[in-house]
Amino acid sequence: MNHAAAPNDTLVRIRGLTFNRGSRVIFDGVDIDIPRGGVTAIMGPSGTGKTTLLKLIGGQLRPDAGTIEVDGLNVHELSTRELYELRMRMGMLFQTGALLTDLSVFDNVAYPLREHTRLNASMIRKLVLMKLEAVGLRGARRLMPGELSGGMARRVAMARAIALDPMMIMYDEPFTGQDPISMGVLVQLIRRLNDAAGVSSIVVSHDVQETLSIADLVYVISGGKVIESGAPDQLRSSEGASTRQFIGGLPDGPVPFHYPSAGLTADLFGDGA
Amino acid sequence: MIRQLAALGRSGLAFSARLGRANLLMLGMLAGVPAMLRRPRLLLEQLFSVGVLTVLIIAVSGVFVGMVLGLQGYYILSRFGAEATLGVMVAASLVRELGPVVTALLFAGRAGSALSAEIGLMKSTEQLSGLEMMAVNPQHRVLTPRLIAGILSMPLLAAMFSMLGVYGGWFVGVGLLGVDDGTYWAQMQSQIDWNEDILNGVIKSVVFGVVCTWIAIFQGYDCVPTSEGVSRATTRTVVHSSLAVLGLDFVLTALMFN
Repeated sequence: MNHAAAPNDTLVRIRGLTFNRGSRVIFDGVDIDIPRGGVTAIMGPSGTGKTTLLKLIGGQLRPDAGTIEVDGLNVHELSTRELYELRMRMGMLFQTGALLTDLSVFDNVAYPLREHTRLNASMIRKLVLMKLEAVGLRGARRLMPGELSGGMARRVAMARAIALDPMMIMYDEPFTGQDPISMGVLVQLIRRLNDAAGVSSIVVSHDVQETLSIADLVYVISGGKVIESGAPDQLRSSEGASTRQFIGGLPDGPVPFHYPSAGLTADLFGDGA
Repeated sequence: MIRQLAALGRSGLAFSARLGRANLLMLGMLAGVPAMLRRPRLLLEQLFSVGVLTVLIIAVSGVFVGMVLGLQGYYILSRFGAEATLGVMVAASLVRELGPVVTALLFAGRAGSALSAEIGLMKSTEQLSGLEMMAVNPQHRVLTPRLIAGILSMPLLAAMFSMLGVYGGWFVGVGLLGVDDGTYWAQMQSQIDWNEDILNGVIKSVVFGVVCTWIAIFQGYDCVPTSEGVSRATTRTVVHSSLAVLGLDFVLTALMFN
């Protein structure tokens, strides 16, 4: 087994990542380094494969070429047992929260502790209450997932993601569909949890302002490639056309406003349907 | 012509791929049996939702099917003066054929579709992915208890169906049409064979339990994770299970009764 060591300050090292879905190229030789201890944002237009990247890092998908190392371990060369051990050191917040709908808030957060530790019920209760306190939902522990708002569900999912004190947390579109208050809460929580718990965070998002406000390092992906990377201020002042269109939310640019089609005159006055 | 051949080839390949995935899923679920046995509560929960919640529809259907058998059987047998054998006819029809088959069809409609929808929704709301990322194998944790619960429930439900059907036939034959009570039961006791009739019926219901539950779980697990995908999966579960049960019933009957 080839578990090449990554430099200590790099938690996730991606080299030459190539991934296709059918004939569609999602990633074409992508290189990404995610440092320890910071908030790294992966940004890009919808459909560029940001969520796919998280699934590749978590070993849920297998790349067509290239390597992904997490904490020095080549994710796709690990046995199932080794992969599960690595996942116990990763937390992931899914876009929908992915809470188990037949369990209460308390039981959802307790779930990984009950599955992977031999702690007694009293200790699990204390840990769960502490995790829920960290996301401001200790009082909601008896509610069922169906009784939570979208923002609350994501906060519960955050509490569950940090239940085993992971070394890294991956956030998949954490701000999508949130009202301004919930969004503000989530932005603060991601930064606070990152700094207080000393974890590394990977935030996949296309909510530009919120993500740039908490990120230490940003990668912008488009067309299967990393088109730009750097600190948030660097990207704000970028001259790259694609980056400017994405950061500025411009309706036209390298990503065209019009879906590819024949000329308007030919369409209006031609014979075709 | 070439296009049609290519389309045929593509659908053949897609079918083979699905069959392969279904077999791999079954192996994955069976590998989870030892872990499930260490946590019997998971199985008990599924026995309740797959088995106990299906009891009502099985019980009501069993009684009515038995009553119809009693009615039809009486009118046919009485033409030959053989109404005393009504109990044998009702019981043999139920334990050999109608019990296992109708139970499996009802099971596919009630529990099978519910299983597909539940697993499909867990997939579309990323609950299964969430389990994977929590280092919990969803096949072992979620699917294996459902498979074993389905396999255990089916013969018990079929037995209940047959028993209540026999009482339904007794109610019509003895209670309403005047067949002798003692004859109804005595003929049944002397003519129904343990191996030939009852055991073969149990074997059928176990096979149907495996097939119906496997199809239901696979359709949910393999569905496109959208609302449309889940709805298609539940429909496919009922259609595929029903066809599989009827086809297998013929094969098993031919093998068992020569």
